[in-house]
Amino acid sequence: MSPHIILRVVSKLLIPMIVIFGFYVQFHGDFGPGGGFQAGVIIAVAVILYALIFGIDEAKKAVPPKVVLWGSAAGVLLYAAVGLATLVMPFAGEAVNFLDYDALHPDQSHHAGQHYGILLVELGVLITVISVMLAIFYAFAGRVPDIPDEEW
Amino acid sequence: MEFLANLLPAGLMAHAPALVVVVPLVAAAIAAFMPNGKAGWAVAMVTATIVAVFSLALLGAVAGEGVISYAMGGWAPPAGIEYRIDALNIAVLLLVGILGFLCVIYALPSVADEIAEDKQGLFYSAFLVCFAGLLGVTITGDAFNVFVFLEISSLSAYTIIAMGAGKDRRALTAAYNYLILGTIGATFFVIGVGFLYMATGSLNMADIARILAENGHDRVTQAAFAFIIVGLGLKAAMFPLHMWLPNAYAFAPNFVTAFLASTATKVAFYALVRFLFSVFNPEVNFVDLSLTWVFAVAGVIAMFMASAQAIFQTDARRLLAYSSVAQVGYMMLGLGMGTVLGLQAGMLHLINHALMKGALFMALGAFALKFGVREIKDLAGLGRTMPISASAFTIAGLSLVGVPLTIGFDSKWYLIIAALDRGWWWAVAALILSSLLALIYIGRLLMVVWTETAPSHQGQQVKRTHAPIMMLIPMAVLAFANLYFFLDASFLVNLTEAAANAVMGD
Repeated sequence: MSPHIILRVVSKLLIPMIVIFGFYVQFHGDFGPGGGFQAGVIIAVAVILYALIFGIDEAKKAVPPKVVLWGSAAGVLLYAAVGLATLVMPFAGEAVNFLDYDALHPDQSHHAGQHYGILLVELGVLITVISVMLAIFYAFAGRVPDIPDEEW
Repeated sequence: MEFLANLLPAGLMAHAPALVVVVPLVAAAIAAFMPNGKAGWAVAMVTATIVAVFSLALLGAVAGEGVISYAMGGWAPPAGIEYRIDALNIAVLLLVGILGFLCVIYALPSVADEIAEDKQGLFYSAFLVCFAGLLGVTITGDAFNVFVFLEISSLSAYTIIAMGAGKDRRALTAAYNYLILGTIGATFFVIGVGFLYMATGSLNMADIARILAENGHDRVTQAAFAFIIVGLGLKAAMFPLHMWLPNAYAFAPNFVTAFLASTATKVAFYALVRFLFSVFNPEVNFVDLSLTWVFAVAGVIAMFMASAQAIFQTDARRLLAYSSVAQVGYMMLGLGMGTVLGLQAGMLHLINHALMKGALFMALGAFALKFGVREIKDLAGLGRTMPISASAFTIAGLSLVGVPLTIGFDSKWYLIIAALDRGWWWAVAALILSSLLALIYIGRLLMVVWTETAPSHQGQQVKRTHAPIMMLIPMAVLAFANLYFFLDASFLVNLTEAAANAVMGD
């Protein structure tokens, strides 16, 4: 048996909670404090906790570095795609400016376009922030020291 | 200019101010997916072409309409972020667009040689982020947005400078040094913008200028002014805040040095001009005093100190880096005169210097690719072994000194006219004396290139060779520009005259 059984059990309980809290912060961001940046860090923390308890190799199996790299680019692309979509979708018969969310949905009385716009943009931010946090963590944690620890 | 305005269809033209920044940002994300350097380069090349076309089209539009304003997300300024292009920033936008385009052509062989194959896609990604950041600083009309883009360009610049570690590990410390100083600069700048926001309640630069003109200045706005000048001065490598620059230029990959030397400090300098002349009013007492006693004086000291330091360098790229600091001194002197003529001369030198330094660093990159040359003594005999690159190097070098028949002469001519107009005889003397210093350090390089014999390898003379055609073309274009704009300076002179009048004219 591993000596860290309590840590393992507690962190297994905590990790799903952290992720759910992360999504809570994410979706709260449309109307109040919160949003993709904070939520991204919180969700990345769940993976980092997993890596701390179960080891970096296990974490890399769960979230491969390649996925992290693609994710950091994909989030930016999603954000920019929303902006480009607003350019090609005319609103009330007229072309609108970059990132003018009103174009995304015709229901102007409830500002539905604004809702969709911010939701998608925040999702892009979330994906990029999770990925970048993990990329930084992997880069530091995966680094082999120039001088082995025993030789100090 | 008429045909430039009609370069793009009207639908695309309406969104050109946003797209010129968005396209490189999107391309950066796409380049990160690219499996190898060639594919990454192709993305960068397409992007740089689009940006160059957009900036030409915007030049035509600004010539026709005057000021172009674009409200991001449909939020009207001053509350929303405004992209605002007038005669001043179109000159810089065009410079960044065209030089970015030329540098990317140059990049393929140079990057393939210097950066590890599996890192090249990400390298181009970081480069495109930097490119987007520089374009963003140039085009935006929002003071906080300037900070954001300044950081976007700087953070990615640290990364691409550090990529020089493949050839020389000192690139890591150079990039780290730049990171620390660049971050201090950014912090000072954002503190200054914060003070301005506190005093005026606005972040839109045109709006801040209007409110400052109405309410007048107090301690808060004066503090804001000081913080902004120091912050942007650090980014622009303004003497004595230039300490990060020589090492960063000397150890970065050659392509990065050519790109940053001809665009990054220029853009920071543009931001400085924007704040000095457009947001703050040069007729206000404390602004006028700092122009004379900070900019002109520090500029003249830079012209001598940095030139003298350049003379004693042994590394070719470090020599040119110190020379860059000295050239920023010329631009500072131009601004410091606080007149339309002085500003025009400063802006003209800004553009001309980008053309010269671009060609010089490109030629050094070509020498490094073929023979691994870094030290000045290793340049021996390159006039015979690599004649085309060495010729481009010579033309740009003479231009840097200010020899007639090159645009360097134009810059100095306009600076001297402006100094005489202001009655600053000492500035004329300083300009001529520091040109002599430039003659010494450029002369040192050219003597080694042309008069010394090429080294022999195993008893045989090194054979004549040429840089790859992809490197020769942009280098030759820049060298040709150095000659052409002397014969027909009207394009650059009109561009900078309009730029100076846009912020200082009546």
